[in-house]
Amino acid sequence: MKCAVVVFPGSNSDHDAYHAYRQVLGQPAELVWHKDTSLNGADMVILPGGFSHGDYLRTGAIARFSPIMKAVAEAAAAGTPVLGICNGFQILLECGLLPGAMLRNRDVKFHCEYVGVRVEHADTPFTTRCTPGQVLRLPIAHGEGNYYAPADVIDMLERDRRVIFRYVNDAGETTERSNPNGSINNIAGICSEQRNVCGLMPHPERAAEAATGSGDGIVVLASVVDALATHGTVR
Amino acid sequence: MKARVFVTLKPSEFDPQGNTIAEALHSLGYDAVADVRQGKYFELDVRAGSQAEAEKVVADVASKVLANPVIESFRVEVAPDGGSR
Repeated sequence: MKCAVVVFPGSNSDHDAYHAYRQVLGQPAELVWHKDTSLNGADMVILPGGFSHGDYLRTGAIARFSPIMKAVAEAAAAGTPVLGICNGFQILLECGLLPGAMLRNRDVKFHCEYVGVRVEHADTPFTTRCTPGQVLRLPIAHGEGNYYAPADVIDMLERDRRVIFRYVNDAGETTERSNPNGSINNIAGICSEQRNVCGLMPHPERAAEAATGSGDGIVVLASVVDALATHGTVR
Repeated sequence: MKARVFVTLKPSEFDPQGNTIAEALHSLGYDAVADVRQGKYFELDVRAGSQAEAEKVVADVASKVLANPVIESFRVEVAPDGGSR
């Protein structure tokens, strides 16, 4: 399985994702510059965390117009797993591959901390190694992760089981206090209708080895390896 | 031609920044300020043959790039020909 990690000017988690696939999971991975137009036959794509284009205008608003995004949209339409982490999630929202938008965190503070993240569904390429209800300890680092979508869109996401990750407390419960940014329904991550595009604010790639404080995130990245081995590429 | 674009969060959206500013104003004693909504303001210099043409281009830019229609709305003002230069 070959992973393409897109590098935007201002990405800062690109090498974390690259390291997790190459060194931790032993899978081929490649960094792809945002001005490139081809994903070079990658079996999955990561839009990494960071502050693409300095977060000017809105988070992800400029990155969505990068030349590589045409290839990303085509890959997504063809069923290739696309994972947007943090700023990558914001880019997926801005380009319309996922619905909704990010508002400034409810308390107007940048949150850099570990949070509890409950996996809601195992039937996405990013959660096949998880059990529904499983709680992962993952770091977040963002100022604009307050997920918003109109009520009818939230209803649709819940009905279609597209909320994949939720902020929870140690007991696995969604509470006000366990919600770091004010996201509707404690939403930390969602997937597309075809379930192959997923965006989440927490950083699984920064929790790929226990030595970094938590190794819980590796299941998200390893799930894709399993999913592609089982189903092959859809491209 | 000079154009101005005002982008604001839709009235239904919670505005954490505007809320924080309102609270700061209240702590300074400005109780007359009931609420604050923060937005963005853009000035564009547009090459266009007519005001209508400029308005069309700027509205297009505002809806596709400057504002995110999921959470924001916008208003465009184009100065009449020969004005404000």
